[in-house]
Amino acid sequence: MSGEWETVIGLEIHAQLATKSKIFSGSPTAYGAEPNTQADLVDLGYPGVLPVLNAEAVRMAVKFGLAVGAVITRRSVFARKNYFYPDLPKGYQISQYELPIVARGSLDVVMEDGTVKTVGITRAHLEEDAGKSQHEGVGVSAIDLNRAGTPLIEIVSEPDMRSAKEAVAYMKKIHTLVRYLGICDGNMQEGSFRCDANVSIRRKGAEKFGTRAELKNLNSFRFVEKAINLEVMRQIDILESGGTVVQETRLYDSDKDETRSMRSKEEANDYRYFPDPDLLPVVLEERFIETVRGSLPELPDQKAARFQQQYGLSLYDAGVLTASKELAAYFEAVAALVPSDPKLAANWVMGDWSAALNKDGLDVAESRLSAAQLAGLLNRIVDNTISGKIAKEVFEAMWAEGLEADAVIASRGLRQITDTGAIEAEIDAIMAANPKQLADYRAGKDKLFGFFVGQVMKSTGGKANPAMLNDLLKKKLAP
Amino acid sequence: MAEKTLAEVAAGLKARKYSSVELTRAYLARIEQAQPALNALVTVTAESALAAAAVADQRLADGTAGPLTGVPIIHKDIFCTAGVRTTCASRMLSNFISPYDATLVTRLKEAGTVMLGKANMDEFAMGSSNETSYFGPVHNPWDPKVVPGGSSGGSAAAVAARLAPLATATDTGGSIRQPAALCGVTGIKPTYGRVSRYGMIAFASSLDQAGVITVSAEDAAMTLQAMAGFDPRDSTSVDVPVPDYTAELGTPMRGLRIGILTEFFGEGLDPAIEKSVREALAAWQRLGATVKEVSLPNLPLSVPTYYVVAPAECSSNLARFDGVRFGHRCENPKDLMDLYKRSRAEGFGAEVKRRIMTGTYVLSAGYYDAYYLKAQRVRALINEDFRRAFGEVDLLLGPTTPTVAFGIGDKTSDPITMYLNDIYTIGANLAGLPAMSIPCGFAAGLPVGVQLIGPHFSEGRLLAAAHAYQRETDFHLRTPAGWAADFNPASKAGAK
Repeated sequence: MSGEWETVIGLEIHAQLATKSKIFSGSPTAYGAEPNTQADLVDLGYPGVLPVLNAEAVRMAVKFGLAVGAVITRRSVFARKNYFYPDLPKGYQISQYELPIVARGSLDVVMEDGTVKTVGITRAHLEEDAGKSQHEGVGVSAIDLNRAGTPLIEIVSEPDMRSAKEAVAYMKKIHTLVRYLGICDGNMQEGSFRCDANVSIRRKGAEKFGTRAELKNLNSFRFVEKAINLEVMRQIDILESGGTVVQETRLYDSDKDETRSMRSKEEANDYRYFPDPDLLPVVLEERFIETVRGSLPELPDQKAARFQQQYGLSLYDAGVLTASKELAAYFEAVAALVPSDPKLAANWVMGDWSAALNKDGLDVAESRLSAAQLAGLLNRIVDNTISGKIAKEVFEAMWAEGLEADAVIASRGLRQITDTGAIEAEIDAIMAANPKQLADYRAGKDKLFGFFVGQVMKSTGGKANPAMLNDLLKKKLAP
Repeated sequence: MAEKTLAEVAAGLKARKYSSVELTRAYLARIEQAQPALNALVTVTAESALAAAAVADQRLADGTAGPLTGVPIIHKDIFCTAGVRTTCASRMLSNFISPYDATLVTRLKEAGTVMLGKANMDEFAMGSSNETSYFGPVHNPWDPKVVPGGSSGGSAAAVAARLAPLATATDTGGSIRQPAALCGVTGIKPTYGRVSRYGMIAFASSLDQAGVITVSAEDAAMTLQAMAGFDPRDSTSVDVPVPDYTAELGTPMRGLRIGILTEFFGEGLDPAIEKSVREALAAWQRLGATVKEVSLPNLPLSVPTYYVVAPAECSSNLARFDGVRFGHRCENPKDLMDLYKRSRAEGFGAEVKRRIMTGTYVLSAGYYDAYYLKAQRVRALINEDFRRAFGEVDLLLGPTTPTVAFGIGDKTSDPITMYLNDIYTIGANLAGLPAMSIPCGFAAGLPVGVQLIGPHFSEGRLLAAAHAYQRETDFHLRTPAGWAADFNPASKAGAK
């Protein structure tokens, strides 16, 4: 039934900019300080105080805009978004409305099956974050204004995504990008990177969008995927039972794994946006924009393209390896030391090494093995000292004990048998011990070839060079 | 001379005719005497004033004094003053002790002035009569039954009654010039961005400008010198060098091209005021100025434009007064909404509420284009009118107000009539232009003001024109009956 429906998703991603001080005051932005110790009179919205724009936040927003090939607005304007809430000290949030600093751009996202999805970026604007309300039981709420005034860039996508998976892939790509640019630490637990999702469904082939719900509070990739899928199911249920979807804001509750209504369109605030008269328009000169362009690092897509070309990797693998600057750098360090087989380096970095990091919950920087150590192992595969299969055993020992590959190979006697005579001797012994299978094979049961390979590997403790074994076995078994 | 101009007082201090402590004491005594009659101040800071005066006397003795060292001053209660109650004449802030000084307060403190107290005003500077103050109306020293004008009514009345040689003030739609005219004193509203707004409690941010009320243009030049200049804490303050205003005072009037505004001499103007203003114009002509009639066709739209833009900004600026962090909070709120509603309902007066509601309305979805956006377009047209006019003339001249001071209570029931009092002053705010009002005569025993408006950053030219006129006339030196300034600070009696 649900096959008839098409999901339409747009994301609004809030990335906290990694400036030292707040967007309109001199207060520090560091996370985790005692409540209300990082808020000055400007952040507290005291009578008479005025905002002064942090130039670094502007530079970072321009960096982002250039990285997604967007139009950089030469004259952007800060506007006030008016609403009352205790963690919003001034009674308005300074944001950008009609003239955001970053206009139309786009981002290519590579899906797992190798297809490329292009997601339009409608706009990205600068704004200040609000403080935090903590509701501490009935009738008691506490306000922490440390976060009030922290610079954010809100990145608004077109409704271009058609599945939760695409939405997550896009969000991950933005996450990668802002960390490459060094404009956001990407820490989702601390709320530095979070998103709202606009979700609607429509009949396949329909032109008109369905009524959307905005999902709030999605602070992990997993939650984004779960919440969108839940919401899609909910909307399908409603429409298929003859109901109508209402436009509303819904909150995702990760504990109960459900979304629930926060407020309907009718209850929505009229924010009464108007240009903030305390701030001048942000006028950017061509020279400034070019300077920022010149400061851009190699971007994920550029790096991925280079990896494909330089190392002969697939588009998808290049995408995985460039997901973070650190991962890409690690891979490149390994590949440089295994020049004859970068593909091998890629497989190991994406495979066993990444799995080991994940298992231990470590970052790239915390890897138990240096790039040189991993390359040391891979070179033993390349020079036939060990097989790929044995290498996995060696890798585990290296990871557990922080040893060099050669030391593990030597101490465990894992050196591959590459002596033709020795392998032939093993084959002879196995053939002699299994006359029936030998006869069957020679009578045409080709499948038994694997049996002989297995037997020889078993008797050599897996150390026989697989390629040599194959060759020799074929010759010996031939009638 | 006993007019107690700033220049005269400063000279007296320099010559050690009296100490700053003696002078301060004399003014404090005068204030004490005047309070029941005029209600010009909200807060008197006698103790800190005398301490500051003692420090000033040391500087005067050791030769490190500047031109304003030891000069007593009153600050409009819209400027934040560290450790001192800063109320904006509102119940909302009646308990608010500012933790910091406004930039203007800091600059004048650094210049050595001695703060005597905080001037009464219309609540949050919203009003033209000083009747919206939570602390009660201010009475005009020329006649206690009439208003002093507003919103800087306390500042103007204080200077008129010589409770201080000068008082700071702010002007959003005429709030310096109109009370200056109605109280027979000199007031200057500088170019928007000339004086920092940091620490000045915002009413309408794109229109608000700090200035000063003094006895003479010379005094205004001395004060503006200390107040003006770029402030990195105010993004709208302008980084243009501050000229030597006092040095410019002597600029000859010969060849000065004065434009008289057709739109300012039409219906609604009291003929007695027109007569005084035209006489003043003749005085400038005698000094060598040429006169040309100039029309600003869009200027009549300035009142409706202003009453969209100013309330819009005010509705947002005053949102921070929510009873959460500072200011008035209602008793025993049931919940958050109750806290907001009652704190604000109790904390704000009727005129403030009216403007918050008007402003909220004009910014609302569906009305924004028809009101706010249209007002911004008209504002641009008015700007353009002025720009064109200043291609032909050096400054514009007209009356400051259509009538002299009206009776307390006369216009409180009709906000529109009250708003029309600012019909001649609002244009300069919409265009961000510097403007002055100086005394030019009397009608029915009450002061009349003539208004000068100049191009951006032409304060020096305005001050020179005003000074030239004041050298020929003595309207600015006259004091209301009972408020003569012939007191001698050095005598034991202090106030007379």
